[in-house]
Amino acid sequence: MTTSYGPVSIWGVIVAIGVVTFLIRVSFVALFGRLDTVPPRVQQALRFVPAAVLSALVAPALVTVEPTVVETLTNDRLVAGGVAAAVAWRTENVFATIGVGMVALWTLRFLV
Amino acid sequence: MSNSDLGEGVRTVAPVLLGVVPFALVAGVAAASAGLSLLEAMGMSVIVFAGASQLAALDLLSQDAPLAVVVVTAAVINLRMMMYSASIAPHFRSVSARWKAVLSYLLTDQAYALSLTRFGEDDEVDRKRFYLGVAATLWVVWQLGTIAGVVLGAGVPDSWGLEFAVPLVFLAVLVPALEDRASIVAGAVAAVVAIVGGGLPLNLGLLVAAAVGIAVGMTFEEVAA
Repeated sequence: MTTSYGPVSIWGVIVAIGVVTFLIRVSFVALFGRLDTVPPRVQQALRFVPAAVLSALVAPALVTVEPTVVETLTNDRLVAGGVAAAVAWRTENVFATIGVGMVALWTLRFLV
Repeated sequence: MSNSDLGEGVRTVAPVLLGVVPFALVAGVAAASAGLSLLEAMGMSVIVFAGASQLAALDLLSQDAPLAVVVVTAAVINLRMMMYSASIAPHFRSVSARWKAVLSYLLTDQAYALSLTRFGEDDEVDRKRFYLGVAATLWVVWQLGTIAGVVLGAGVPDSWGLEFAVPLVFLAVLVPALEDRASIVAGAVAAVVAIVGGGLPLNLGLLVAAAVGIAVGMTFEEVAA
């Protein structure tokens, strides 16, 4: 799907994300000496950001809820994603994960 | 001496580039299929320079999500870098303010991980030069990969489902992040909430899912400890 937003909105979003991201990156580097450590409670929360955010990104892209359990579980994206997850777990290699996942999807879509 | 530290940074990052190239290609493909021009795609890679947040923002833009939701979602994804900033800050303490800004702009998962490992082994290595060797190389590869992805993405038929590479990239980054039971719980809860919350208004599903996942992960850790 392509966005309906025009160039002004798109550039606005890009600049806004860029500014916020830069402030996050520079935060403690700039404050060093005045604020040396992240408060423990915040640190504990930040520890879970990658697991929670990435799962929330991946799950809806792989799972489509169908009328029956069998249809839901045999969706080609979910099966290909499962294969790719196994590769990611065994190899921790981005290239292998994408390669095997795409081939699995094409196999299910065009050959099976 | 210090020039060799720059070169050492470049050599250290070389094997990691194999994982960055496909990620950058996917970012370019995703930008093209979301309807961004080459200039806008490049602008995003240069100004934001944070892959996971770029992909999430492009996904939300292609669904015409409210712009504020796009920005907040991308910001939440990048919050993890606050930990890197705190952790690497002591190594940059003697660097000028201008260089601190440049080094911070270049901060990524890979630059952080490789530099901190090296700094831990060796007190003598020039912090700024080694880090620059790693981080600037990643920056160049990221920009070139994005351009290649935009050009490539425009030429591949839709039936190939190339957009499926986006969740695969996230999967490749997610799996190593599931390092203990508490993070697995956080991830599983976030996944379920994201699927169930797919119909939430304003495309808020991702933010709600991430918040619930983080809260449950923290609670689990406290109860289990």
